Amino acid sequence: MAESSLSPVLIAGGEVIDATGRRHADVRIAEGAVVEVGASLAADGAQVLDAAGCIVSPGFVDLHTHLRQPGREEAETIETGSRCAALGGYTAVVAMPNTTPAMDNAGTVREVLELGRTALCEVVASGAITLDRAGTQLAPMAELASLGVRIFTDDGTGVQDDRLMRRALEYASGLGVTLAQHCEVTSLSEGTCMHEGAWSSRLGLPGQPSEAEEIMVMRDIALARLTGARVHFQHLSTAGSVALVRAAKTEGLAVTAEATTHHFTLTDACVAGYDPVFKVHPPLRTDGDVAAVRAGLGDGTIDAIATDHAPHTTEDKERPFDAAPPGMLGLETALALAITELTGDGAGPRLELSDVIALMSWRPAAIAGIDERHGRPITAGEPANLCVFDPTATWVVDPAQSASRSRNTPYAGRILTGRVRHTILAGTPTVIDGAATR
Amino acid sequence: MRHLLSIDDLGRDGIEEVMALTDSFVEVSNRPIPKVPALRGKTVAWLFYEDSTRTRLSFEAAARRLSADTMNFSVGSSSVKKGESLRDTAQTIQAMGVDAIVVRHGSAGVPWQLTRWLDCAVVNAGDGWHEHPTQALLDCYTLREHFGSLEGRRIAIVGDVKHSRVAGSDVRAFAALGAEVTLVAPPTLLPASLEGWPVQVSHDLDAVLTTTDVAYMLRMQLERQDEALVPSLREFTACFGLTVDRARLLPDHALVMHPGPMNRGIEIAAEVAESTRSVIRQQVSNGVAVRMAVLFLLLGSGRPEPIVTVPEEVAVHG
Repeated sequence: MAESSLSPVLIAGGEVIDATGRRHADVRIAEGAVVEVGASLAADGAQVLDAAGCIVSPGFVDLHTHLRQPGREEAETIETGSRCAALGGYTAVVAMPNTTPAMDNAGTVREVLELGRTALCEVVASGAITLDRAGTQLAPMAELASLGVRIFTDDGTGVQDDRLMRRALEYASGLGVTLAQHCEVTSLSEGTCMHEGAWSSRLGLPGQPSEAEEIMVMRDIALARLTGARVHFQHLSTAGSVALVRAAKTEGLAVTAEATTHHFTLTDACVAGYDPVFKVHPPLRTDGDVAAVRAGLGDGTIDAIATDHAPHTTEDKERPFDAAPPGMLGLETALALAITELTGDGAGPRLELSDVIALMSWRPAAIAGIDERHGRPITAGEPANLCVFDPTATWVVDPAQSASRSRNTPYAGRILTGRVRHTILAGTPTVIDGAATR
Repeated sequence: MRHLLSIDDLGRDGIEEVMALTDSFVEVSNRPIPKVPALRGKTVAWLFYEDSTRTRLSFEAAARRLSADTMNFSVGSSSVKKGESLRDTAQTIQAMGVDAIVVRHGSAGVPWQLTRWLDCAVVNAGDGWHEHPTQALLDCYTLREHFGSLEGRRIAIVGDVKHSRVAGSDVRAFAALGAEVTLVAPPTLLPASLEGWPVQVSHDLDAVLTTTDVAYMLRMQLERQDEALVPSLREFTACFGLTVDRARLLPDHALVMHPGPMNRGIEIAAEVAESTRSVIRQQVSNGVAVRMAVLFLLLGSGRPEPIVTVPEEVAVHG
């Protein structure tokens, strides 16, 4: 890696889109950084990556990835998960702390960071808010922050106790870190496996109401107001949640939010065949919720597209629907889903490509606290974390082709538009012509 | 028909077909030797992840009267307890050479999952809170015996509808046959959404009873008392139990039904269950003939009539 990073790379013939705008330009990379951006640059011995017809953008940042290591290596490892990320155009992912053991201690966080050093993307460690994500006692947040952790979450469960959440927010604000909440009131959601509504009643499956999420969004907005601390809302899934966050932003509170690709592309009707590949938390909701999430992405209420990439083994996903674990793969399909569903002529507001890139790159980079090296403008002197993708190439999702150890994509057979061609991490290609370099 | 998973698979025509075929098998059941060779050489396996004596015995009687071989996969004392997956268990049974698997599972949708892994026929004998299609078919048959047709009949389904797979299938079947279904329960015991359900809803049992043709009482699942669904069983019985006094509100011709097993004194008074308007025992006996019809439709070859009406074969193979 160190050796190859020294060899210069020329991205030739593409159109650059970054936070400063869009222009046709070649990009020369050397020593891990962008060294020249301009028209018709000469190869000069550099490795040339063809970008004809492609967009050259900052690499993507996923705020919500489950890499499963340590603990569930049969489902994913940091290596395989990061390969999925690279193939999806990501140069950084925030690794969720629900590993076994949980990332609630310096030892586990160090292990993840260490394994991440040889990964195909930057692995940004999150930390648990509470010990063992059990919601009863704060994790050593200052110690974890000293290791570089900038985002804390008990993802998989929300912090149920109001007082503990208040203390966590106050404590976090003193450290300059962000708390990210998986909003779900367990007293309303325990024992459920899908959205509560017409489909759950028809299918005889126990459902959780939208309010299980919205009540916690409401509480955390109130606590953000009380404490002045930053709150990031993970995977918003309901129209009510989007409306609450929109109002909080209008009020000027320091809240941000993400939405997953599946919450703007799939609904609870997908559960009709009882295939647990469509089981996820928060659950797939209704058409109206999907429309609200899309509107939130369009008007800036939702800051980032996240994947909630959650690998599970085939065996686990073949359990009865109510007993199967929730989660679906996402890293390799996110860009194409966003392009196909949000920039086309479908329902809801139509986004520009630059909007999609913002939602996947510099805006999540800022939330993760890594915006000094990811989501940067593509100009000389900036770190070379880049993605080159063809926005018009179509392809068919084939689970067998995934780089993940797991196969639980809900999009098998779906025809998508937009494909990653090259990904460059710190000046070194991790993906060339759609194939991982290692 | 390859599988019987949901009443929706049958529709009105399919239900009528089962009813017509059941008539033949009721005749068989009334013979001195109630057995025909229709499914000779076929093997049916029971895969019951939940205890169910009555449904399993009813299916077993049905299969035997059709001369099918049967195998019982006892979940409680098997590889399932050792952690075997649903798929492995089902495929193992199929590998032993079965033509149909009759499955009951506490999780909704399991029969659908099995059809993705198996080539043999799958019969849903109850999945979670979802459906129990053969129960609905035997209920339809029992009602048809009494009323000739369900068209325009008023049927009140009373009690814990939310957790009832019987109600799930009955609503679909009764509505398909033209009955007017009213669900009578406290809101906590109704499904969260009734969007698209062909039913009316009432919380006033007394009012409904005076005009109904059928009072279909559901089993109150006693283990659910800790979920804050009703304040107490006492209050549930006071409001939604078919007590002796309340049964007097029924029109003279009205029937009382229950899928069993009954909680006497809770959703239904013992005296009402034993009264002349109760057809609860008929439901049980019709269950065997209905399940014969279902197994025959799934596994039989050719037209049913010659096979079930040739007495010599009965004598030879009985």
